[in-house]
Amino acid sequence: MPMFRGAIAIVCSVFALSFPAVAKPDKTECIVGAKPGGGFDLTCRLLGGALQATNMIDRPMTYTYMEGGVGATAYNHIISTRPGDPGAIVAVSTGSALLLAQKKFGAHDENAVRWVGALGAEFGSVIVSPDSPYKTLKDLIDGIKDKPQEFSVAGGGAVGSQDWMKAALIFKAAGQDPKKMRYIALEGGGPVVTNVLGGHVKIGSSDIAEFIPHHKSGKVRVLAVMSPERLTGDAKDIPTAKEQGFDILWTVWRGVYVGPKVSDADYNWWVETVQKLSTTPEFRKEQESRGLYPFASFGKDFDAHVKSDVARFKVLAQEAGLIK
Amino acid sequence: MSLDYLWTGFAVALTPTNLLYSLLGCFLGTLIGALPAIGPINGIALILPIAYTMKMPPESCMILLAAIYYGAEYGGRITSILINVPGDAGAVMTAMDGFPLAKQGRGAEALTMSALSSFVGGILAVVGLTFFAPLLGLFAVKFGPAEYVALMVFAFATLASMVGAEPVKTLIGCLIGLLLTTIGLDPTSGAYRFTFDQPELHDGIEFIIIVIGLFSISEILLMLEHKFAGTLKPIPIGKGFPSWADIKACWWPTIRSSVSGFIIGVLPGTGASVASAVAYTTEKRLLDKGTFGKGDMRGLAAPEAANNAAAGGAFVPMLTLGVPGSGTTAVMLGALLLYNIQPGPQLFTEKPELAGGLIASMYIGNIMLLIMNIPMVRLFVKMLQVPNTWLIPTILLLSILGVYTAYSSVTSVLMMIAIGVMGWALRKQGFDMAPIILGFVLGKVLETNLRNALALSGGEVSILFQSTISNSLWVMAVLIVILPWWLARRSRREAIDARDHP
Repeated sequence: MPMFRGAIAIVCSVFALSFPAVAKPDKTECIVGAKPGGGFDLTCRLLGGALQATNMIDRPMTYTYMEGGVGATAYNHIISTRPGDPGAIVAVSTGSALLLAQKKFGAHDENAVRWVGALGAEFGSVIVSPDSPYKTLKDLIDGIKDKPQEFSVAGGGAVGSQDWMKAALIFKAAGQDPKKMRYIALEGGGPVVTNVLGGHVKIGSSDIAEFIPHHKSGKVRVLAVMSPERLTGDAKDIPTAKEQGFDILWTVWRGVYVGPKVSDADYNWWVETVQKLSTTPEFRKEQESRGLYPFASFGKDFDAHVKSDVARFKVLAQEAGLIK
Repeated sequence: MSLDYLWTGFAVALTPTNLLYSLLGCFLGTLIGALPAIGPINGIALILPIAYTMKMPPESCMILLAAIYYGAEYGGRITSILINVPGDAGAVMTAMDGFPLAKQGRGAEALTMSALSSFVGGILAVVGLTFFAPLLGLFAVKFGPAEYVALMVFAFATLASMVGAEPVKTLIGCLIGLLLTTIGLDPTSGAYRFTFDQPELHDGIEFIIIVIGLFSISEILLMLEHKFAGTLKPIPIGKGFPSWADIKACWWPTIRSSVSGFIIGVLPGTGASVASAVAYTTEKRLLDKGTFGKGDMRGLAAPEAANNAAAGGAFVPMLTLGVPGSGTTAVMLGALLLYNIQPGPQLFTEKPELAGGLIASMYIGNIMLLIMNIPMVRLFVKMLQVPNTWLIPTILLLSILGVYTAYSSVTSVLMMIAIGVMGWALRKQGFDMAPIILGFVLGKVLETNLRNALALSGGEVSILFQSTISNSLWVMAVLIVILPWWLARRSRREAIDARDHP
């Protein structure tokens, strides 16, 4: 038997050599590094749902929940336990890159896995209550310049998280020290909205998708979206920070990676599949219904993008006094 | 307020397909609730993709998911009562009096009674949802960090009732719970505390791992110990229906706990576990004459009514504000967005078939659950007659499987076992598990909100006493400590007076 298996392996590798190095895994599993219902879950379900709808995989993708530290548990798991598993793909986001930059992601750095590609992006955004005197981002930043202590902020994450960073960028634009910001850390974007609605804080910081429903019903005033260009759809009437004269950008990409020892053939299959998938109408529809905007970055590009983001966040974190 | 949407809703919920979905959801929910470690959130996350790929219409999908959610609150009580292993996080307090009742051979009665109080809690919550949802949505928004601090202090004040014969042990237990909450990310500084570079600990120890460890694993160890010592007695099943006197005694605790549970469920920061803890400790504080914790029906009815009411309450912020009231409603909210439906008060006018259908199905589902659960009591209690050679490995297997399925991590399983061994050692020393659980549940909410409140005020403590809501809660906290003591003193004095002046 072993000889027979060896012979198959040789035949297979000959085939592998004669065809482009692409291999389709027969079982696919998406690892969600958080509780059900969050951004990672959304990423995995978007990928699995669209792959199934376009028949790019034969069997439905399975989802595994492995919560801990914005994906840190999943990151460590894949590197130490299943580094070569071709079917296991893991959801990742800007939030994970931010923690990688702050060395809060376990023992490994950003070079420890193979980055496959992005599935879409969201953008940071800030809100105030609809009866607030601040009508534009400029009003708000001028206000902060005068009395920084009066501008309390609510965000859906700890100090040093993405929501904190977005607010920190605004405080920096007002010439203030982000460390002195009166910031409250909540769990997710929902409580950010209720705390602004209830008048407990002046500013709410989260992602645009969290605010859109409340923007439509007029319950909050969205001052700016931190995207490079105007968004489309329900967010088309919201000005970007850039148009208002402030160089404040916060792109939240959502993507996937595989383990470090996954073969080139398997890695290439994932990269090509995700890239191909991203242009299908099925995918676009699923992407839109989940509040994500297209974000094209795959394979080498994505790898470079993640690494440059980590480098950029290191500088930001240093400036904000989060790391030495 | 017009109730037109509700009549539309009943028309939707009463179609044969949707009735079938309700029934299916109730059944699945009861099952999911009864399995240790698997809670409603895992169940819903599992079912949602199937429902969505089946192109189920949104109202049917919501009806199914909601039925799983409140069905799980019914199901959690079964293993709590029969084998002292809470089926889900909201059912921890149910074991306090439920298990002693089962040991006295009143397991069947306890199951029936808790089904009845679950039903009352569930129905009152839907009534509250029907009539007060928009109003309560506004109320929930008024809860900022300072108000949560006052609420948690009130909850800790009700804990004074747990200080039984051994106050020092209760206090130590509570402190152990508080210590355990400090593990993980400190949100107000972004630092990791006591994580020893283990990513599994970055978010802290999951509540359910502590519950399964402290209850299920330590229970197995105790059972094994008794088995070897030969002191394990078979438990008789007893009659099925509680006496009229018991039902009467449970009436007010059930109503009170339903109301408090519903309100706590409405608040986005607190859920079924806080609700049942507050209900149990409040009733104990008000009514206990040394019988709570030893098999008092009232101590069983209160937390069961509260956790079911809390599940209903969690729908208020979801439907009126578009903000989840609990982890499980967060997943359901995600499901609504998948269907491109924006939740919010406009849901009642724009999509009456959805909002109304969901609420109407909750009336129907609660009735179904009651009908389903009363005859099933006979079946459930058979669990008591399963020989321990089968029961012990089954509980162990379910606990390990459950925790592993939910967290896909061996570390979590090992952590659960370590906590279980610790719990066993503590129980041998006469410690109660409840204060640890309460310290853990309340401690996290208290710490985060206290520090958030102080971050807002720049360190000014006065922020905690600025709103009517917080001040009312502070007054209630003082009352719940003083009142029982004062009442006891007065009745003693009256007794003395009566003796002195015959």
